Amino acid sequence: MSYNVSSVRKVFDIPGGVHPPESKEQSLQLPLGPVLLPQRVVLPLSQHIGAPAKAIVAVGEKVRTGQLIAEPQGLFSVGLHASISGTVSAIEDRPIPHTSGMNAECIVIESDGLDEWVALDECEDYTALERDALMAKIRTAGLAGMGGAGFPSAIKLNPRADDKIDTLIINGTECEPYITADDTLMREQADAVIQGTLLLAHLLGAPSTVLIGVEDNKPTAITALKKAAAAIEGECNIEIVDFPTKYPSGGEKQLIQILTGIEVGSGDVPASLGIVCHNVGTAVAAWEAVRYGRPLISRITTVVGEALDTQRNIEVRIGTLISEVLEQNGFNADEAARLIMGGPMMGFALQDAGVPIVKTSNCILAPSKQELPEPPPAQACIRCGMCAEACPASLLPQQLFWYSQSEDYDRLQAHNLMDCIECGACSFVCPSNIPLVQYYRASKGAIKQAAVDKQKSDRSRERFEFRQARLDKAEAEKEAKRQARKQAAAEAKKLAAEKKEQELLQPTIAPVAAVPIPAAVDPEAEKAKLERALSSAQNRLDKAHERLDDAEPERRDKMAARVKEAELKVLDAQKKLEQFNTADNNDPVAAAIARAKAKASLPPHAKLTSSIEALKKRMTIAADKLSSAKTEGAATVDALQAGLDKMQGKIAKLQQELIDLGPEPAVEATVKEDTTPDPAAAAIERAKAKAAASANMSPADKLHDQITSIEKRIAKTAEKVAVARAEGSSTADALQLGLDKMTAKLDKARADLGELAPQVQPESAQNVDSAPEPDAASAAIAKAKAKAAATANMLPEEKLRDQIRSMQTRIEKTTVKVTAARAEGSDITDALQLGLDKMTAKLEKAKSELAELSN
Amino acid sequence: MRITSPHAHTPGNTGDVMKQIILATIPGLIALTYFFGPGSLINVIMMTAACMGVEAAILKLRRRPLGFYLGDYSAAVTGVLLGLAIPPYCPWWIVAIGAISAIGIAKHLYGGIGYNPFNPAMIAYVILLISFPLEMSQWAEPRTVLTESKELIGPFSALSHIWFGTPLTGALDAWTGATPLDSFKQNNSLLVEQLYASDSLFSTARWAGAGWEWVNIGFLAGGIYLLYKKIFTWHAPIAMLAMLFFCACIGYDNGSSNSLGSPLFHLLSGGTMLGAFFIITDPVSSAVSNRGRLIFGALAGLLIYLIRSFGNYPDAVAFAVLLMNFAAPFIDYYTVPRTYGHKKAKRATIKQES
Repeated sequence: MSYNVSSVRKVFDIPGGVHPPESKEQSLQLPLGPVLLPQRVVLPLSQHIGAPAKAIVAVGEKVRTGQLIAEPQGLFSVGLHASISGTVSAIEDRPIPHTSGMNAECIVIESDGLDEWVALDECEDYTALERDALMAKIRTAGLAGMGGAGFPSAIKLNPRADDKIDTLIINGTECEPYITADDTLMREQADAVIQGTLLLAHLLGAPSTVLIGVEDNKPTAITALKKAAAAIEGECNIEIVDFPTKYPSGGEKQLIQILTGIEVGSGDVPASLGIVCHNVGTAVAAWEAVRYGRPLISRITTVVGEALDTQRNIEVRIGTLISEVLEQNGFNADEAARLIMGGPMMGFALQDAGVPIVKTSNCILAPSKQELPEPPPAQACIRCGMCAEACPASLLPQQLFWYSQSEDYDRLQAHNLMDCIECGACSFVCPSNIPLVQYYRASKGAIKQAAVDKQKSDRSRERFEFRQARLDKAEAEKEAKRQARKQAAAEAKKLAAEKKEQELLQPTIAPVAAVPIPAAVDPEAEKAKLERALSSAQNRLDKAHERLDDAEPERRDKMAARVKEAELKVLDAQKKLEQFNTADNNDPVAAAIARAKAKASLPPHAKLTSSIEALKKRMTIAADKLSSAKTEGAATVDALQAGLDKMQGKIAKLQQELIDLGPEPAVEATVKEDTTPDPAAAAIERAKAKAAASANMSPADKLHDQITSIEKRIAKTAEKVAVARAEGSSTADALQLGLDKMTAKLDKARADLGELAPQVQPESAQNVDSAPEPDAASAAIAKAKAKAAATANMLPEEKLRDQIRSMQTRIEKTTVKVTAARAEGSDITDALQLGLDKMTAKLEKAKSELAELSN
Repeated sequence: MRITSPHAHTPGNTGDVMKQIILATIPGLIALTYFFGPGSLINVIMMTAACMGVEAAILKLRRRPLGFYLGDYSAAVTGVLLGLAIPPYCPWWIVAIGAISAIGIAKHLYGGIGYNPFNPAMIAYVILLISFPLEMSQWAEPRTVLTESKELIGPFSALSHIWFGTPLTGALDAWTGATPLDSFKQNNSLLVEQLYASDSLFSTARWAGAGWEWVNIGFLAGGIYLLYKKIFTWHAPIAMLAMLFFCACIGYDNGSSNSLGSPLFHLLSGGTMLGAFFIITDPVSSAVSNRGRLIFGALAGLLIYLIRSFGNYPDAVAFAVLLMNFAAPFIDYYTVPRTYGHKKAKRATIKQES
């Protein structure tokens, strides 16, 4: 025999804590009361934390004491046993002891007064049993933590595999005032407590440290436990540790801190530190369940308070109505301030006495009005900090109160509201009598609710965003396809239009484009056709000129326009002829043009090749999309895959066709007149057209053209200079030099023009050179020309009027520009202003001339 | 209303706490009355009455229950402390303006009890000091320096002076004395020893200045009583006194003519003890956590020393406390205590990620 019972363990202090009047003596004057056999029991299906049990009896069924009447639903649940024998009279919602005063499903049993028990499965030596068998016994006995929370005991005895339990703490602290149920249990059933402790230690794999913690205000219990522990035969390493009385030492976290000096991390369970904590009541219940096969059907409850004639501890069947218990202890309803289940610090007020005793009911407190008077109205918080001194969790209750009032949940969480154990020490000491814990409970509820709501809304937002993204993606894909189709249609249209135009001009060639293998075209005939077109266009131009000369002054504008049109047509015809000729001449440029053109009207072979190319390109894109869709796990993966497969099929088909088609036909055969989108060719064409046009121009027109272009360039360069200057760029000087040169050129061109064409209206020339808008230059040429043509036939008066009109518009425009330039502080303001002044002067001159003419 | 836990409360309320504080000022008040005549006692009585009156008037204006709020005695405490702080024999209108400033402006304009960011008594003191520098810097001479021809001012001449401006006949000189802090501040040629020997304010004193040393000891005694009664924690007062002591040790300069005063001189002069135990312990306007109160007290002590030594005013408790009131919320943000189960203290400035 070896005993290792000691009480010389170092204990630690907890911060805060209070010393409310203990009020434990009054219920300890009488011994543990006789078992009350109630007439009826009401057994709530949920007396624990977790899923409610499920009734397995029917109304009218006869049950015996200790019979399982509701089985646990899942692991996180606890079974329920009949606490008396009798008949199930109802399974329905009844009021249960709960803070909210709510109703919940209960099994009601009417007693037959016999208290017939079911056969109990006793066990002499539990060490002989497998652990699983033992755990089954505990599990089926309906054990839930009897300290108050009602945590399913079996779960605590089954810690996670990676939590090696090295410390078992049996909580006999009972720090709440008034309550002496555990004290009584330890006094009266010390042996069972020790046996239960050994059993729990055995179930937890014999932890190296087994402690029973008791506050030093229970000396009788401590002595009894020590005696019982010493009497145990064999190895016994239970330490019974007493420590100074202070509320709330009995909180699990606080007791662990007192006995080990370790704190349980916020949000962690003690098992993560290798510690398991059980109430003494639970230890005894476990022992009775294993040793005697007796399920949890009764418990010791303190019935105390000055409103009672008899204050004592009773062993009471679970489900006994509190009203019945009170009645048997001489309850004086008029005297009672209120009815509390639990102690004065953490217990809750009962709405009425018609609720049953449950597994967690350690105390029924019926205080008189003098004993626990109504709380006085709360005064203002003066932040005295007494609450912070009392808080065992080292919170700042006054700040929590402040933020609770303002519903600042962020700050509340920053101040660790969630670590509040609601012990009530802060409210207890508050000189302003503020119900602090109520505020915290409300805020905690709101925060939890907000978290749930947020989770919900986050989830739906995610769903919505995902859907939106999916829709957007689909829409974008559709849009891309639409754009592609539109572009293709536009190109086709353009091509068709061009073809049509060519058909009009060269009807014999047009069909060639439509024929896959173009027929050989006689270049001579082609050339003849082009020449014919040109001559007819020229004829028309001549006619137009004639008509213009003959036309009435009113119709001159129209005629001039017709002349212009005819001119353009001539130009067009000339251009075409030119092209034909150069193509014929086999010069490299023309060859390139021809090649480019050939591409546009592809032979089937080339067409196939190019469509294969295009398909391959699309396939790569599709493959990319597919892989990205895969990585994102998008729903479109399948559709993309299908598309890709299709494309592959198409490519294979086309390739087959290509092979079928045989060798590529000669490209040389496809010489055609067809415009192409090739930019190089287009540029060449433009240059040629210009050359051709300029060949047809009069020297004066040429000079005009030159002047306009130089002016345009000058304007651009001036702008550049201004910008360069503003930026202090080093290119400003170079640009200025270029500008000067251009100006010189312009002057020369103007001089030339003056010499060359005195017949050209000076006004019109000036019109051109004073035009400041560089972008409008090319349009201005056409305008100027048309004007020149028109004005040539105008009366001087009309001319002047016209001039004045145009001047006025230009002045208006320029004024706007000047203002804008001023507003921006632009450098060209001065230049613009100068131009404006000039124009105004000219306008005045024109007006005076007009006046003279009219006179 | 459903009653929820806890159902038990400590007996007593805020009013009881305030009464304890008033009680604790008695030793200091006795010393003041003994050394300087009945001026301070009259001040305290008049100021308390005035503050209660202003409180009642404003409560009525705000339609608050009079009995409930007057019963918290917070206005009385403010009145007592302000009455102790202002010079004895100051005219009645100083008292009136003080009460209106303290209760009307510093307290109720901010929302009444519990909501004032600044110590009401000190706000009022500073308003008076800045507005009426002459009246606020005339301290009576202590009993010990009075010569044969001068008498301690009697209650009747005091009252008639306070109410009707009657000159304090026969004791005129006794009324315009400088405080030891003034004397020390004005000294720039004498060694501390010489000053102590030549100035009767010091030569008739035991440690730090005639009368004042006992007044401070009186308030120290009251403070120790309040600490024993756990009305407040030791953190702020002890930190303040320790810091003042520490600074004075540095600035003492071995008693040279440049000395800024001995540690004992600083601890037992002016408003040191009144400030340490009755002013910076005002919970509403100070820091909330113990760590915060340590910082609050220490910085207040530092400020008191700096203003006394280098500022324009000989005493500095009011300014130091008001400056620290500004800093209190800031200190609070960085001194949230470490909660059970947390490895590190959080900063209140860091909001939860939402």
